[in-house]
Amino acid sequence: MILHPAIIALLTGSLLTSALLLYAAFFAMRILRHWDLTSGSELQVSLERRTYLLTTVMACACTFQILSLFLFIHTADSICTLFSGAMCAAGTLNLNRFGYPALLLKLANFLLAGLWLIVNHVDSKGYDYPLIRVKYRLLLVIAPLLLAEMVVQGGHFLSLRPQVITSCCGSLFGARESGIASHLAILPEVQVLIALAITIALTLACGGYYLLRGKGGYPFAAAALVTFAIGAMALVSAIPVYIYALPTHHCPFCMLHREYGHIGYLLYVTLLGAGVAGLGAGALQPFRGVASLAAVLPVIQRRLVLTAMILYGAFGGVALWQIMVSELRLG
Amino acid sequence: MGGVEKQRSIIDFTLSSLLRRKGKNAALLTVYALVVFFLASVMFFTQAIRKEAAALLASAPELVVQRTVAGRHDLIPLGYIEKIRGIRGISAVRGRLWGYYYDPLFLANYTLVVPEAFPWGTGTIVIGQAVARRTMTVEGSVMPFHTYSGKPVNLTVVNIMPATTELVAADLILLSADDFRMLFGVPPGLATDLVVEVANPAEVPTIARKIGALLPDTRPISRDEILRTYEAVFDWRSGILLTLLSGALLAFVIFAWDKATGLSAEERKEIGILKAVGWDTGDVLLMKFWEGTAISLSAFLAGVILAYLHVFIAAAPFFEPVIKGWSVLYPQFRLTPALDFSSLAVLFFLTVVPYTVATIVPAWRAATVDPDAVMRG
Repeated sequence: MILHPAIIALLTGSLLTSALLLYAAFFAMRILRHWDLTSGSELQVSLERRTYLLTTVMACACTFQILSLFLFIHTADSICTLFSGAMCAAGTLNLNRFGYPALLLKLANFLLAGLWLIVNHVDSKGYDYPLIRVKYRLLLVIAPLLLAEMVVQGGHFLSLRPQVITSCCGSLFGARESGIASHLAILPEVQVLIALAITIALTLACGGYYLLRGKGGYPFAAAALVTFAIGAMALVSAIPVYIYALPTHHCPFCMLHREYGHIGYLLYVTLLGAGVAGLGAGALQPFRGVASLAAVLPVIQRRLVLTAMILYGAFGGVALWQIMVSELRLG
Repeated sequence: MGGVEKQRSIIDFTLSSLLRRKGKNAALLTVYALVVFFLASVMFFTQAIRKEAAALLASAPELVVQRTVAGRHDLIPLGYIEKIRGIRGISAVRGRLWGYYYDPLFLANYTLVVPEAFPWGTGTIVIGQAVARRTMTVEGSVMPFHTYSGKPVNLTVVNIMPATTELVAADLILLSADDFRMLFGVPPGLATDLVVEVANPAEVPTIARKIGALLPDTRPISRDEILRTYEAVFDWRSGILLTLLSGALLAFVIFAWDKATGLSAEERKEIGILKAVGWDTGDVLLMKFWEGTAISLSAFLAGVILAYLHVFIAAAPFFEPVIKGWSVLYPQFRLTPALDFSSLAVLFFLTVVPYTVATIVPAWRAATVDPDAVMRG
């Protein structure tokens, strides 16, 4: 293990967040089992009080979770100098079998935490706790994932041994290796970019229609999800090639470095933010019939759709700008 | 009332209520800021010194070849130079003479180095600033040494190195090869180690491997390896310090939790009245949230600014010996300020997150008190 301050901070943070989640999950189960708004029993009153605590606990835990994703990537990136052969986060994550699972779990938890915050916000707008069961079921989904993340991330950091020769990003995301990352890397760049442009345009069109007519929430959410997936593919296949002006270099982490103006952070933030907003807009669609939300839900959904549209637009814009200024031209 | 307007009013109320309880909050704020200060000092210092080390090593040779005998570093025959020079990709190889000398008179260790070119001739030395300070020497004075056989020798100081070189050259003494061999009894034909210059840095690992195969009793050390080791050592030292400070952190968390739990009768009454006049639990929680934010933000900023002054203006008197290492001749230097987002994020995770976690439950308990019960009690 390496006693790096950032590693200590990440481990402390994930221990505390997991403890909060466990605590919240315990009461979430009680609420799911005994919640009855029509009852005036002592248990119901105490559960109603408890929801305030759980909401606060979860709001904190989700915020920490969202911040920790970026600290994790940054840390993996900055400790790569300790390992010969590693040149960026790709090398550090590849040092043992926990690295990439930890990153994927962190990404999944990021999306779920964002979704939970949205559902919670909507729930707090209705007087009769309209989404209480939905949000506590979601909490019970997040809790085990967060615990898994704590274990996997701990396993990754605790089993790091400096000096281990690791394949650097050049070979990991190159065409020779087998594995998901390299399958994505051999996708044809131009086609991926065309697909990305089409899906972004489609999402913007669906969003525009939604904003104008207030209809078509599901098509928008579907388009937003597909754009998210294709955007993520483009981040490991097509966009890096242009940023580094090197047709063989497919690494999604080197672009976080100063030499590339930290442009990667901008791409990550816009894509992840757009994904959360699009997912949230779609997830709220089934609850449009709830009486106590009739006034607020359309307003919130419109905001989410608009946010997703702006962020996807920004993501596409940044990618387009990088392609335009790149020295590289692919046919 | 609009959303922003409401938040503003609550912040307004929170700040005035914090100011009303100056004494209690000042105590919490001081302890909080001190914790941030200690952690931030450790991190800023390590980061700055790591940068300094990397900048210094940038001009170090790519490859150093040492001879080992029975696992220990030993003198290397100069004949090895010819053998190494035959490897393709090497632009130059030369032997180096250097070592340490303990001066019992001034209780200090000096680093003696024979530079590539020493124009002042035998019988003379050039010394670093710290050596000059310690021995109270000026240019032209004589410094006494003892050779390996105990014979006293006097060497004349012809020059003192400028203060800008202090970080590297504090305890340094430069002298001629003949004087070095005479002082330590190193026979001609042997050197301390060999320096290999490689034309293409990408070939360093291959060349190191070839040298290892050609001369199995040697140990090639590349600059990258040294750099990596330094990074690991500095990370490790700051990690150890942070781990030791975690006791203080835990004490602080308990303190914060205790402060948040032990609401005074006056505070309980205040919350009771707020709820009686129409605040709901969510509003009180919001107030508690802003209270925590105000305290965390002030303590965080105060701690970080103090740590910045401590490390970069006052040269970190509290932690210097632990992180930098031990030596009698300390270089005096001012670190180049280095601040980045990640160290602030790390500090946030080590201080604000535990503080928040410790105060959530007490804040909720305070917010859910029954107005009726409080006012009657």
